[in-house]
Amino acid sequence: MNEMTTIARTTTLKDWETDQEVRWCPGCGDYAILKAVQRTMPEIGTTPENTVFISGIGCSSRFPYYMETYGFHTIHGRAPAFATGLKLANPNLDVWIVTGDGDGLSIGGNHTMHLIRRNLDCQIMLFNNEIYGLTKGQYSPTSRVGTTSPSTPYGSVDRPAQPAAFALGAGSRFVARGFDVSKKLPEVLKAAHAHKGAAFIEIFQNCIVYNKDVFEDFAAPKGAEDRQLWLENGEPMLYAKGTKGIALDAEALHLKTVDVVDGDWQSAGVIVHDVTNRSVAHMLVEMRFGEFPMALGVLYDDPRPTFEADVWRQNAAAAEGKTADLQSLLKKGQTWTVTEGGPDL
Amino acid sequence: MATAVVDEADKRQSPLSDAVVVRFAGDSGDGMQLTGGQFTLSSALAGNDFATFPDFPAEIRAPQGTLFGVSAFQINFGSSAIDTAGDAPDVLVAMNPAALKTNVPSLKQGGLIIADEGEFNDRNLAKAKYDANPLDDGSLAKWQLLKLNISQLTMDAVKPFGLGNKEALRCKNMWTLGLALWMFDRDRAPLVDWLNAKFAKAPDLAAANIAALNAGHAYGETAELAGPLQQHHVDPAPVAPGLYRTLTGAEGIALGLVAGAQLAKLPMFFGGYPITPASAILHHLSRLKEYDVTTFQAEDEIAAICSAIGASYAGSLGVTSSSGPGIALKGEAMGLAIMTELPLVIVNSQRGGPSTGLPTKTEQSDLYQAVYGRNGDAPMPVIAARSPGDAFECAVEAVRIAVQYMTPVMLLTDGYIANAAEPWAVPDLTTYEAFPVEFLTEVPEGGFKPYGRDEKLKRPWVKPGTPGLLHRIGGIEKEIDTGHINYEASNHQAMTDIRKAKIDGIAVPDQVVELGAEGGKLAVVGWGSTFGPIHQAVRRKRAEGLDVSHVHIRHIWPLPANLGALLKSYDKVIVPEMNTGQLKTVLRDQYLVDAQPVNKVSGQPFTIAEIEAAIEEALK
Repeated sequence: MNEMTTIARTTTLKDWETDQEVRWCPGCGDYAILKAVQRTMPEIGTTPENTVFISGIGCSSRFPYYMETYGFHTIHGRAPAFATGLKLANPNLDVWIVTGDGDGLSIGGNHTMHLIRRNLDCQIMLFNNEIYGLTKGQYSPTSRVGTTSPSTPYGSVDRPAQPAAFALGAGSRFVARGFDVSKKLPEVLKAAHAHKGAAFIEIFQNCIVYNKDVFEDFAAPKGAEDRQLWLENGEPMLYAKGTKGIALDAEALHLKTVDVVDGDWQSAGVIVHDVTNRSVAHMLVEMRFGEFPMALGVLYDDPRPTFEADVWRQNAAAAEGKTADLQSLLKKGQTWTVTEGGPDL
Repeated sequence: MATAVVDEADKRQSPLSDAVVVRFAGDSGDGMQLTGGQFTLSSALAGNDFATFPDFPAEIRAPQGTLFGVSAFQINFGSSAIDTAGDAPDVLVAMNPAALKTNVPSLKQGGLIIADEGEFNDRNLAKAKYDANPLDDGSLAKWQLLKLNISQLTMDAVKPFGLGNKEALRCKNMWTLGLALWMFDRDRAPLVDWLNAKFAKAPDLAAANIAALNAGHAYGETAELAGPLQQHHVDPAPVAPGLYRTLTGAEGIALGLVAGAQLAKLPMFFGGYPITPASAILHHLSRLKEYDVTTFQAEDEIAAICSAIGASYAGSLGVTSSSGPGIALKGEAMGLAIMTELPLVIVNSQRGGPSTGLPTKTEQSDLYQAVYGRNGDAPMPVIAARSPGDAFECAVEAVRIAVQYMTPVMLLTDGYIANAAEPWAVPDLTTYEAFPVEFLTEVPEGGFKPYGRDEKLKRPWVKPGTPGLLHRIGGIEKEIDTGHINYEASNHQAMTDIRKAKIDGIAVPDQVVELGAEGGKLAVVGWGSTFGPIHQAVRRKRAEGLDVSHVHIRHIWPLPANLGALLKSYDKVIVPEMNTGQLKTVLRDQYLVDAQPVNKVSGQPFTIAEIEAAIEEALK
């Protein structure tokens, strides 16, 4: 979120669409995410001119061309670094980073980590499709073990990174999850925008060409209630139409699923979601789908002072009471004057 | 004033002339850089012209007494113009056997060795791989040798202050400095002031150091003058009247960048990552917040340049700085700055390469990297500083070109310039012409074209946040005028041509001849920090009547428009460089001139004698 310096005006979805032809594959999950973002923007009280979308390289990184805002399609993995310079130079801008599992966690993992650690005020949308799409289908750092691809014809052997766990481990103060066609995605984006600081959103995205329906297990509309746990702050962690919930196994110190009978979640020990509880957040991001439902929505939200605000505060404090007289700075230190007759000591 | 009496006749008979080269050499922990720095200051205050050359190991704390742990500081000071740190020292101060062994070969024949014999024990001799004590075995016969037990003399001097052995011995460098101040008839008062300020919180240490300084000085006065130790006065150099200070290259660049940003009326954003020998620029700038400077120590070299480009995109002057290995990492981002046509200054403090190479030694081997070192046809202006003072001017020039042409600019300096100090006539900033940036803030007549161009082929600079001028930029080829993504063949050809024409068309001052005439038998063409030795060598050879001129190129890319004709006006062209012949190749390519290389890639600057020999050889 940003401090608005320009007067907010009412916009509609159309105001956020560019005249550029969208070049993703037909049926790509990116279309749905683009629409969700364009639908969200008019509702968060910012203006197109005050908004900047910054991306790296990959399918997701084409995103800025389709947003009628300022946009910068940069180089592979480095969007967080550009965003840092941009936001430090002008903290009033509303900065959105668009990245993918390859861009943000492989070549750019270092920058993602440091952006989160520093807590730059921005939204990081990481489109996770568990594959390299733009380079035609190699396995990615989030691909599951055994993924066959042109570069892993016998299946991948390395274990995947978990984006939300990575973000939290890097010190993130906001971690959320959503998926491309989910109707709840705009709500997640709004919450991310409302968070002052680095807001990390993992968005599961269906690559229909190279990794089709890889998230179908939990994203398919049919049976979604049983497989998706949508977290709401202050609400019990219930799913399957309230018949199941998440509770803490206090002895083993891990989460477990419990049955809820007649809506009595209290006696089943179901946890009430507190977005500021970092310990529970660590358990939520580690929850394995299958054994558990997929945790979606805002997993963690507990703001801390932002990097750019602290930098500006320190700059101002260091400059206070000093005059920026460069001529006198040039003369600083031990100097001597040479007159016509030689040095005057 | 020293009280020792040296009459005029003695001065004339002294083996030392009006320019003296002194080298302080000791263990890394002996404080030689500090000693040299303070001696430099005293030379400045005495009105001498000077040049310095700090030469220290890459290891932070190399094992004591080892050959590779030797740290040295050389200063050349004199009563006439000084261009280099000097070829061979007249005086070598050797604080231990290793310092003697590594430095004595370059000492002038008949030169003076002052050795701390207290350190020439069996252990240290073994570490320096001496079979016998060189102070006793006659192996130093071609030099004058003065053996002093500086360690013991220092211990005696600081005894009243009750320091431990280790702390007491740390005052050795001040004792040595005191002796050097006496030798060259220097005032101790500024040093005493400096020590009092430095140890304001530890008055005992201040007093001990001052006592050591005074003791070294008193030793010179009272100990015997008949021997090799004699006082020598170097008159002030006749320099232009004005206010002077000492300036290192890193300071010159930092101050020049701030001046450039002010002339452009822009806030500065500096993204850096620690690397030798470039870090000093980050350190200097991080203390200048009141000048609208934001410094950012990034997570790596790539993030450093990318953050700077992000800041330029926001409307600040983006600057990044590194040395060869870091510059290599920044290459892709430079291409993006070229493609998106955003201003950026990239400072490369060159060091010995390839790879990690010689981090603390100097070299000029990144010229190809600067001019050609990116993927695609990626033209970029390159400017090279010749000295610390020139680094200030070059930094201003780099900023000017970056903002006036919307382009990244590389500013080349090197480890020698970065660390070396010289007297600098403080410039009057009111004499610099401002070049305030005008951002595009409204839709111009005929509509807004993000990649439309002015007469310089510069595209408009629009700050995000500006209503009505929304647009997207990126690294994919741009359509002419609109800046939209465009893969068409004809568009790519046209955009490549435009990017080249823009850089080729940068207004660069005509090349001047530094010394000598336009046309003649021989031109010695240099760039960067070889200025000093080339200039002195050409001056000396011209004094001998040889037809030789010195041409020194600041604008490496694009080259000055008159340079080709100028080079062709000489029968021969030689190009001394601290690389295997990089500028030579560029000159041959651009002008089909028979430029001949003179190369040195030892991590050490050229000596004047080496350039003189090359001149003689070329004129044979």
